[in-house]
Amino acid sequence: MTFIPLLADIVPDAPKQSPAALAMFLAFVAATLMITWWSARKSSGASAYFAAGRRITGWQNGLAVAGDYMSAASFLGIAGMIATSGYDGFMYSVGFLVAYLTVLLVVAEPLRNLGKYTMADVLAYRLKERPVRAMASLSTLLVSIFYMIAQMVGAGVLVKELLPGIGFNTAVIGVGALMIVYVVFGGMLATTWVQIIKAILLMSGSLFLSVLVMKEFGFSFAKFFESISNISVNKDGVESTVNFLTPGMKFTDPLDQISLGLALVLGTAGLPHILIRFYTVPDAKTARVSVIWAMIIIGLFYIMTTFFGFGAAALLDGDLVRSNPNMSAPLLAKVLAGDLFFAFISAVAFATILAVVAGLTISASTSFAHDFFTNVIHHGKEHRPGEEVKVARITAFVVGAASIAIAILLGPKTNVAYLVGLAFAVAASANLPVILMSVFWKRFTTAGAVWGLGVGLVASILFILIGPNVMGENAIFPLQNPGIASIPLGLLAAWLGSLASPHEHGSEAKFAEMKVRAHTGHGAEQAEPH
Amino acid sequence: MSDKDNEAIDDAEIDRQAEVWEKIIHRPEFEALLAAKKRFIVPACLFFLVYYFALIVIVGWFPDLAKKQIGPANIAYWFALSQFFMAWIVAWVYTRAAARFDRLADDLLGEHANPDTDKK
Repeated sequence: MTFIPLLADIVPDAPKQSPAALAMFLAFVAATLMITWWSARKSSGASAYFAAGRRITGWQNGLAVAGDYMSAASFLGIAGMIATSGYDGFMYSVGFLVAYLTVLLVVAEPLRNLGKYTMADVLAYRLKERPVRAMASLSTLLVSIFYMIAQMVGAGVLVKELLPGIGFNTAVIGVGALMIVYVVFGGMLATTWVQIIKAILLMSGSLFLSVLVMKEFGFSFAKFFESISNISVNKDGVESTVNFLTPGMKFTDPLDQISLGLALVLGTAGLPHILIRFYTVPDAKTARVSVIWAMIIIGLFYIMTTFFGFGAAALLDGDLVRSNPNMSAPLLAKVLAGDLFFAFISAVAFATILAVVAGLTISASTSFAHDFFTNVIHHGKEHRPGEEVKVARITAFVVGAASIAIAILLGPKTNVAYLVGLAFAVAASANLPVILMSVFWKRFTTAGAVWGLGVGLVASILFILIGPNVMGENAIFPLQNPGIASIPLGLLAAWLGSLASPHEHGSEAKFAEMKVRAHTGHGAEQAEPH
Repeated sequence: MSDKDNEAIDDAEIDRQAEVWEKIIHRPEFEALLAAKKRFIVPACLFFLVYYFALIVIVGWFPDLAKKQIGPANIAYWFALSQFFMAWIVAWVYTRAAARFDRLADDLLGEHANPDTDKK
């Protein structure tokens, strides 16, 4: 298997390695590979491979949604952002949870009732299959790949720091190879369990870390807040006291905040790798229950960022934190509970990365196989039984290999954080408007969907390219987050595209049928029998 | 390439099926279900969006208000923290309302065990 030679090259050149950290990494890898082996034996057929047989329970899917969503960027990244920028970092925590109300109230249930494996299924219900699937698949692939590159580069940097002795390239190849193994052999069932285990590990690690922080303050919230309101900061040799709860340490333009807020609140409900999770449960009711579970877990996690984020600001040396913000959570663990806990938090971070990249890979490969290969190229018919799954496995391998290559080409120095913002912006500007219109608007047409997806996609990418993330000081578009401009453009294009095209007979005739199915679950895809 | 396969389906057949479904959506039970959902979901969405963006507006444009201390922390922090509870409460209220929608939908399907004959 691919990862065995890797282990061989990890062990000898790792003299400074903490054996505990390595042991925990390996335990996690071994456990997830066992799950993959078990899933591979268990599952056969398309619904098993793409949707885990639709037999995942509500709480399991809730954990898996949380596991798919809480990336290393949110664990290590937000902890680091709060540790350096205080309150402004915490604003991300808020948006990440509130976003799930859109998923719960508007998207999850109709999606489960109308679709089979992908987001595009919902669009194809009333509209002409081939053009909308081709566009939706393109959007899915782009969102997944942007997000994945950000995760892979982040993973390489992190593993290098968490396990000294392992180089950037080795780390990227290792993470990539593992995610390929999970997805190619274990499909959605293995991916789901990797995410569940990761969510449990992440929650227990964060809880323990939070308790340790509060122990330092004698479990007194008054003392804790007192301390984080008066943190002494040494800037250019001048000692001063800063209140880390005061907004404005990082964000200076409130408009940029609104723009980010829009992308988070509307984008989460358009992220393909989150949406396809709702096909793994038996029905819309269970999909709803799973969003509730996800919201409990995600909410508790982001509330805990208060303790380990601000806690790191109060308890760790400021220069140390600023020199490498992403390491503040693991460093806090080391300072408060020693090497063993540092190793555990490192293993948690590693699990976090793997679960997210596996989720992204399966979402990209499912969309390519189901939307593009079967429906666009082969007009909805499999030429040979099992072909769709086979194509998905090959795609997963190609997507995995390509993202390894891109991450290595970019190297550890590239700033890729804005790619996550780009993924959210595309999801909010291209995907969500057309999903909503196809469910709620009778007059919606194929041309509207194609225009909406196209304009949303192009506008998001363009505003990032001409914005401060890429052009720095000379930016033409003033905001870091394109949402406030690209979302209205996507909506407008979908709306005008529909009105400018003639009434679409099929779309309007199927509206009543879709309405009944979306709201009652009649005729929805069933779970596989035991 | 065009969508010949899709268009090949007889328009008359589509219309015939559409008529069956049109009848169902005009049944009072279905209209009641949709009205009930709309009555809950539209205000709930407006509420959470206003509540969430109010935080950004206050933090961004009213810094003096945001910095005001209440107990151990400032308004900005308490308001941000309250967002988590707001989200959970809206979710909880929705699950209760959704149980009612489920009953309405089950009644409708029960009376009308098999509205379609076509199967995908």
